[in-house]
Amino acid sequence: MKRLLLTAVLACSATALADVRVGVIVSGTGPAASLGIPERNTVALLPQTIAGQKIVYTILDDASDTTAAVTAARKLVQENKVDLLIGTTTTPASLAMIDVAAESKTPMISLAASESIIKPVDARRSWVFKTPQTDALMAAAIVAHMASTGVKTVGYIGFNDAYGEGWLAELQKSAAARGLKVVATERYARTDTSVTGQVLKVVAARPDAVLIGASGVPAVLPQKALKDRGYAGKIYQTHGVANADFLRVGGKDVEGAILPAGPVLVADQLPATNPNRKVGLAYVNLYEGKYGQGSVSTFGAHLWDAGLVMQKAIPQALKKAKPGTPEFRSALRDAIEGTRNVIGAHGIFNYGPSDHLGLDARSRVMVQVVNGTWKLLK
Amino acid sequence: MDIFDPSIFPILTADGLTNGAVYALLSLALVLVFAVTRVIFVPQGEFVMFGALTLAALQQGKVPGTLNFVLALLLIATVLNVVRALRAGDGRAAGLSVLWAALGGGALWGVTHALAGAGTPLWVQVLLTLLLVVPQGPLLYRVVFEPLRNATVLVLLIASVALHLALTGLGLAFFGAEGSRTPAFAQGNAQIGGVTLSLQSLLVIGVSALLMLGLALFFGRTLAGKALRATAVNRLGARLVGIRPEAAGALAFTLAALIGTLSGLLIGPSIAIGYDSGFLIGLKGFVGAIIGGLVSFPAAAVGALLVGLIESYASFSLSQWKEVIVFTLILPVLLWRSLSTRHHDEEEE
Repeated sequence: MKRLLLTAVLACSATALADVRVGVIVSGTGPAASLGIPERNTVALLPQTIAGQKIVYTILDDASDTTAAVTAARKLVQENKVDLLIGTTTTPASLAMIDVAAESKTPMISLAASESIIKPVDARRSWVFKTPQTDALMAAAIVAHMASTGVKTVGYIGFNDAYGEGWLAELQKSAAARGLKVVATERYARTDTSVTGQVLKVVAARPDAVLIGASGVPAVLPQKALKDRGYAGKIYQTHGVANADFLRVGGKDVEGAILPAGPVLVADQLPATNPNRKVGLAYVNLYEGKYGQGSVSTFGAHLWDAGLVMQKAIPQALKKAKPGTPEFRSALRDAIEGTRNVIGAHGIFNYGPSDHLGLDARSRVMVQVVNGTWKLLK
Repeated sequence: MDIFDPSIFPILTADGLTNGAVYALLSLALVLVFAVTRVIFVPQGEFVMFGALTLAALQQGKVPGTLNFVLALLLIATVLNVVRALRAGDGRAAGLSVLWAALGGGALWGVTHALAGAGTPLWVQVLLTLLLVVPQGPLLYRVVFEPLRNATVLVLLIASVALHLALTGLGLAFFGAEGSRTPAFAQGNAQIGGVTLSLQSLLVIGVSALLMLGLALFFGRTLAGKALRATAVNRLGARLVGIRPEAAGALAFTLAALIGTLSGLLIGPSIAIGYDSGFLIGLKGFVGAIIGGLVSFPAAAVGALLVGLIESYASFSLSQWKEVIVFTLILPVLLWRSLSTRHHDEEEE
């Protein structure tokens, strides 16, 4: 009887051992759906086997909700016994998932922006990595561009939520470092029907440039209102608007907007020497081949980059342990931390014991909206 | 800079009135639906969203997802009608309702597919949008609220919240995660008393005023309008004089859907409407309706205009506190209402 049980257990674990399990959590619905949907679509483009091992992907939707993200993460860890967590789309939900990753000792690659997800690398965060550029990295690029074009004063109008507040904080930090003055700070809600009041106040402060701290289609509204009030200075947007819908809805109203973005946004305009060009174009072609011309956005490319990091790390971890064991997860974590020179669509990843972001200034380019398309600056 | 600066104040006021006019329309719809059916119609804003996004989809030469939705609702409503007719042993009524549904659904399907291609003139697309979205009002009433017509206000409110969540989810499925903007009906600006106003906002104020006038005439002069008013005042009494509450409810929801869709078409050009935009817009209409105590049409309209104005001034002087200010407005109004009006219990039937 005992022997029978043992064989049964062995048989079970042998089938379980065959596969590497990857749990993906994205915001397929809710306010962050415009980011989460291309991320979810990208999972279908990831390889089904790595180093001869079958990879099983389980995708869950957190509805842009923190509690749902934690529940989904627990389910993936306990029921699906995943070896790697990828996700989620938003910062608050990613922060909440850190505890699940740390308790279960499962490596996690977040797709959200904030620096607080991976900094400082303490005992809990040692399990957590991320692929998107931080707001700090992007804000520094905007302020550097402002300073180099003679801008002295900046006005700010952004969302009255975590996104807008985060950008305001980064703008103030970077602006102070470069000696720029933030002369007006205004907030608006994603669903507002008018921003005339805020824009009047920003225009009255006569800033040389205005930064709009908003994402997606709702970012069109302040820029349109600024133009309607005859504002002639430079208008900056954040990388949160880098998708085709922003151009489609904004039309003539967003012409001239300057923003930082991952190189994948303008992959075909990058010089041939740029290492990200090839990876970016490959991703764009793969994605548009499956989902149609013009469907690609930069957000899905963050998941693609997480996939690239994973493809490099899994073979190394397989050498040390079998999938489905704590040893494998630990080896996978070490392998991800040891990532060197992985060329992604958004930049070149070099993780380290104290750097779980892995990106440098090569992960951003400045682009401008010209004739209804993105144009690489410089 | 001061809010009462002569170069600022008129602009803010005009802006507030433009938004307030849309909120006023929505608050009228909310009061109407509540008075007739006792439903606090949370999904009112979803009609705004459906209206704007259906037009946007037509603009892009697509067949909007709302077509399948309205056909599905028609199917469910017909099944309900047939079951009811057969239970009553009325085979002819069952046959008729199937016939009408097949004819109506088929015609709507044909017309939409014929006209959905790019290049149709804007006014045809606007009419088609109304044709696609407005029938959802009475159909939703038939499917969701009519079976609950004897339930308490609380149950109706819960159903209403559930419907709001369902419609938001459907909006995401139909139109995608990113919003859209519809083309402006009027381009350019006009000078009135030294203030530059966009023609679009004048159009919003004008159409809203006309619509309110139309409603006033409808309630004052037509039999159907008087029947609605009678039902609003006393459901039982209205039934005794031969007004069917189901018909009154369906009419109220038709008007609510019409008002919502028109509001969506009016604000669609000035902002990008997303699948989740409807709720807050509807909620501001609701604040207006609360100021009117959910019974008085003029008070609701004035309240909604007030919401628009306060929102506009607040967005200038204290933008980070704007939503707090607008929604805190409800508290003193509720306090004053509960102190000044005598409390009467739920109407007995």
